[in-house]
Amino acid sequence: MVVLSPKPVHSVLYLIFCFFTIGCHYLILNAQFLFAVHIIVYTGAIMVLFLFSLMFINMNKETEPHKNTIIKIAAGVLASLLLVVFLQVTQGSEILGIASSNDNYSTVANLGKVLYGKYLLPFEIISIMLLAAMVGAVMLGKKSID
Amino acid sequence: MNNILHYVPLSYYIILASILFTIGVLGVLIRRNAIIIFMCIELMLNAVNLLLTAFSAHHGEASGQIMVFFIMAVAAAEVAVGLAILVMIYNNIRTVDINELNKLKW
Repeated sequence: MVVLSPKPVHSVLYLIFCFFTIGCHYLILNAQFLFAVHIIVYTGAIMVLFLFSLMFINMNKETEPHKNTIIKIAAGVLASLLLVVFLQVTQGSEILGIASSNDNYSTVANLGKVLYGKYLLPFEIISIMLLAAMVGAVMLGKKSID
Repeated sequence: MNNILHYVPLSYYIILASILFTIGVLGVLIRRNAIIIFMCIELMLNAVNLLLTAFSAHHGEASGQIMVFFIMAVAAAEVAVGLAILVMIYNNIRTVDINELNKLKW
C-alpha cells in the first residue's frame, strides 16, 4: 500500500497505519516504553513532518509518471530474491538460547538504568547529533541571507 | 506479564521483519518520488527496530531496546535534514522526481 498507492498523501496515511501496527507489536513484545516513544516520534513527529512537507511541495495534483515496466519487473525480481536470501539465511540458522522468562527487564526504570549507565556516552553523542541535525535543517530551510 | 515469545516463535518475527524490509527495498527501487523513497527508508528502519525488539524480548535484555531508541533518534534526524533538503530542491528546480536530479551524474 505504501509503495503502490499513486498519491503521496495516501501513501503517508498507509504508512501511519503501518507504524501503528508496528507499535502494537512493540506492546505485544513487552516494550511499553518503546511503544510510547514509537507512537510519539514516528506517528507524532516524523509523519507530521512528511505530511507538512507534502503540503508544502503540493505535489498531489500531478501523479508521477511511473518507471517503465522492465525496471519495475527487475526491481520486483531483485526484491523477491532479497527476501528469499533473508529467509534462507535466517531459517537455516538456529536461534541461540531459549526464550528468557525474565520479565522486568523492559520496565521504564530498568531501561533508564541501562540507558544512563552502560550507554551514557552514545546517549550524549546522539544528543549532539540531534542538535546538529536541527541546526542543519533550520539552515537549509530558511531562505538565503540577503 | 507473559513473554509472547513463549507462544509465537521468534522466526515468525524474523519473517515479518524480512518482508517489511523487502517492501521498503522494493519501494526504493520502483518509485520516483523522493518523499516516498524517504518513507520506504523509514519502513526499512522500522523492520530492523521490530527485529531488535523481538530479539531483546527473546533474550530478556534491555540493550536491544536501547538500540531501537538510538535508531529512532537517528531516523528523526535523518528525516528532518532530508526533508529540508527536499524542500530546498523543490524550491530551486520545482520537482522532486529523482530522474530529474541527475546534475551530479555526469
